[in-house]
Amino acid sequence: MSAPVQQFKSQADVVSRDLRHREFIQTALNNYAVVRDKNRNAFRNYPAARQAAAETKWEAIHHLDRHLEQLATRLEARGTHVHWASTGEQARDIILDIIRRKNARSIIKSKAMTSEEIHLNEALEREGFEVVESDLGEFIVQLRKETPYHIVFPAMHLRRGEIRDLFNRELNSGSTEDPEELTMVARRVLRQKYIQADIGFTGANFAIAETGMISITENEGNARLTAALPKTMVTLLGIEKVLPRLEDLALFLPLLATSGTGQPLTCYNTLYGGPRRPAEPDGPEEYHVVLLDNRRTQILADPEQRDALHCIRCGACLNVCPIFRNVGGHTYGTTYSGPIGSVITPHLRGLQEWKHLSYSSSLCGACTETCPVKIDLAHHLLQNRRNATQQKPSWPWKIGFKLMNFVFKRPALYWFVPKLGRIGQALHPIVKGTRLDPAYAWTRSRETPRIARQTFREWWRGRG
Amino acid sequence: MTVTLFIPCFVDLLYPQVGISMVRILEKLGHKVDFPEQLTCCGQPAFNSGCWDEARGLAEPVLTRLRNADVVVIASGSCGAMLKVFYPQLFAGTHHESAAKALSAKCYEFSDFLVTKLGVTDVGASFPAKVTYHDGCHGLRELHIKDAPRALLSRVRGLELVEMQEEVCCGFGGTFAVKFPMISTAMGEVKCSQALATGAEYIVSSDSSCLMHVQGLIDRQGLKLKTIHLAEVLAS
Amino acid sequence: MSAKDDILARVREALRVPAPRPGDHGDGATAHADTPPSHKAREYLPPAAESFDEQVAQFSANATALRAGFHVCNGQDELLRRLTELRDAESWKRVASHASSLTDAACAALRLPVLKTDAGYDVHALETCDVGITGCDALVAQTGSVLVTTRSAGGRALSILPPHHVVLARKDQLVRDLPAAFELLKRNYGSDYPSMISFITGPSRTGDIERILVLGAHGPKRLTIFLV
Ligand code: SF4
Repeated sequence: MSAPVQQFKSQADVVSRDLRHREFIQTALNNYAVVRDKNRNAFRNYPAARQAAAETKWEAIHHLDRHLEQLATRLEARGTHVHWASTGEQARDIILDIIRRKNARSIIKSKAMTSEEIHLNEALEREGFEVVESDLGEFIVQLRKETPYHIVFPAMHLRRGEIRDLFNRELNSGSTEDPEELTMVARRVLRQKYIQADIGFTGANFAIAETGMISITENEGNARLTAALPKTMVTLLGIEKVLPRLEDLALFLPLLATSGTGQPLTCYNTLYGGPRRPAEPDGPEEYHVVLLDNRRTQILADPEQRDALHCIRCGACLNVCPIFRNVGGHTYGTTYSGPIGSVITPHLRGLQEWKHLSYSSSLCGACTETCPVKIDLAHHLLQNRRNATQQKPSWPWKIGFKLMNFVFKRPALYWFVPKLGRIGQALHPIVKGTRLDPAYAWTRSRETPRIARQTFREWWRGRG
Repeated sequence: MTVTLFIPCFVDLLYPQVGISMVRILEKLGHKVDFPEQLTCCGQPAFNSGCWDEARGLAEPVLTRLRNADVVVIASGSCGAMLKVFYPQLFAGTHHESAAKALSAKCYEFSDFLVTKLGVTDVGASFPAKVTYHDGCHGLRELHIKDAPRALLSRVRGLELVEMQEEVCCGFGGTFAVKFPMISTAMGEVKCSQALATGAEYIVSSDSSCLMHVQGLIDRQGLKLKTIHLAEVLAS
Repeated sequence: MSAKDDILARVREALRVPAPRPGDHGDGATAHADTPPSHKAREYLPPAAESFDEQVAQFSANATALRAGFHVCNGQDELLRRLTELRDAESWKRVASHASSLTDAACAALRLPVLKTDAGYDVHALETCDVGITGCDALVAQTGSVLVTTRSAGGRALSILPPHHVVLARKDQLVRDLPAAFELLKRNYGSDYPSMISFITGPSRTGDIERILVLGAHGPKRLTIFLV
């Protein structure tokens, strides 16, 4: 077994038995489901909205080359520097280069999963720059030297007491554990960071090809400040984020909010087209947009799973996923967790090393059902399994299935199955529950069903 | 009409009563039941494990044998999804593609067959108990069956249906249950606690595989719950 | 080859095999025809009120749900009276604003030191202001949002930095829904868009600690909207 699968299995074993974790996460996500449903029902026709979103994303990706060129041209026309990065390394170099040229020291960041994907913070800190996450959840996990637990709710696994201890240790905030007071502690600390920061760094939720704009969705106002105060602004986004038209946002903004946090609309939905214009009083003097591929074109090259690029990173599939809810976000060991992470990580980081995520699913399809842009997530997990097996057969399973076929296709042999099964079951108690038990993976936590005294076939024949 | 019944291996071996109940109900409604004895498995375990060649090996005889059937009724939502939804994917681009699509069109899960195809909701059953209904995920999200079993249960004398908080997977998932036993068990526990919260005596489902998993947990943990297949309720 | 050419070449190569159009997932939605799906947005988006009075009522209900203040004022006098009441209730000492007929009148009536952002400003000075008073481009009835741009709201920081954001809107600025707001942006700005366009929907908030709602995470804790 390779390292990621071992890591996944052992951590999953621990977390899925942690009843405190289970209860805490289920409660939070059940509350989310209530508001999500309320706001989905507020749509005149939610299925039609979802279909429209899927088609709009399909169109955006179907002409991705055209839309990217249009986006870049429009951005550049207004003085934005557009950079293209094939890999995470290229993106890091581009960003480091901007920072060095500006003689910058400190960088304030608003939430960006793409920056997690390319491990930007580590790279910047290694070069001696100060990087501060400003989204409250991200700020908390950064102080804990952790990765985000969830792509939308980075610190949802922490209780207020843990945050109190953390803030008291790192920020001398005393003994308050009131969420409001803790939030105000972070606000005060971060406000100073904003004023000092040389560079404001953001991610993006959408990029509008038609008008050359970057759309950022948030609740706290931290991205708005990131885009207002520092002299230089940098946005990193995946190339799949494009939408064809400005008015597409009339659908995508409410859709993202509803699926993401269960709100009708998030607090700040902001479009940025370029640096401060001559008549404007503030804003960055330079605006850089970095377009990141990092193997997204590999997903693009697979027509069967191309719709995975429609993802708007709302997190809805994580929230309904019984695997995610029981193993937690950190167990995945990936930037993108939950169903979408299980689908795309094999493309982004290697099928053989990450195929276990596609196997770790009961294929219940709750993800496909909830995805606001109709990505066929559950079926993609099946396709990943098929592709993994085609590329590198797992012989024990393959031989097992071949044997099963041999028996199950021959009624004369199949006749023996219940007979042998009954004998096997009579002997089972000898080893049951021990490591010698061939059914240990089942019997460790569950009882086995009994082979019937008379099978259906035996009954059917008996009727004559 | 002649109804061809597809009995998957685990129903044959472990839960024959489910198949027997289906035969009785269909015959009571005046239909002739045909049971192709040589068909034992739809190939789903291999399919879900990524071994599509082996899955095709088991699925081809199914295609051939069921070619001339009028309607096929499948005694499990999950195997129903296999025949109806996944065969067309499994055989896409092969010379069996059209046969798979033709089969798909005439396949029904049992409860769906009664309600949608036959228009029957009252089969004269009586089952005085408080029950909750577990939607097997494949029935719910691949076959989009939600109302049919509830319509049937609503006409069972003496039966009271209480819904669980949400439609959540029981954690079985075929080979998943043994590849990731602890995750699967945790999911089963969540399911059981939701069922217990309803105060129901029985979990009813259209999928014996889900019930097998849930019952395995109930027995191990000594929970005050019983499982029963919808067909058995309807045959009472 | 540049990275740009590399990426675009990979994209074009990948797109040579088309992907099937998004299918129906059994939820009864059918594929739209060839018009862009967003053109039919009003058929599926949350409903928006038709008449002006209904739109005011809808905006007001949304604002309440979002915990924003919303007041309809009959004329400038009422606006100025309500503003001074707010000044006294919150004991404002310094006000930040920008030049426009409504905001100028408001600042004059408040009789407090005013920082105008129009010609540039010192961030530390802005930090000391108790309130930022701005105009807007539109109010969106459907969502309870305030649409601001760098042009209508005195730059980027004025509407986000001070702890209280007061918006002064004219009645003709109320629009029914998001599609109308985007139409308005296209109509008013054409190809010369301001560098920032923002839909503000309620005061700043976070739920990052135990998913408990806290207002004023980074942006204003209070948002008050006056419709004049
Ligand atoms: S796959 Fe769908 S549900 Fe999951 S994060 Fe992406 S858009 Fe949201």
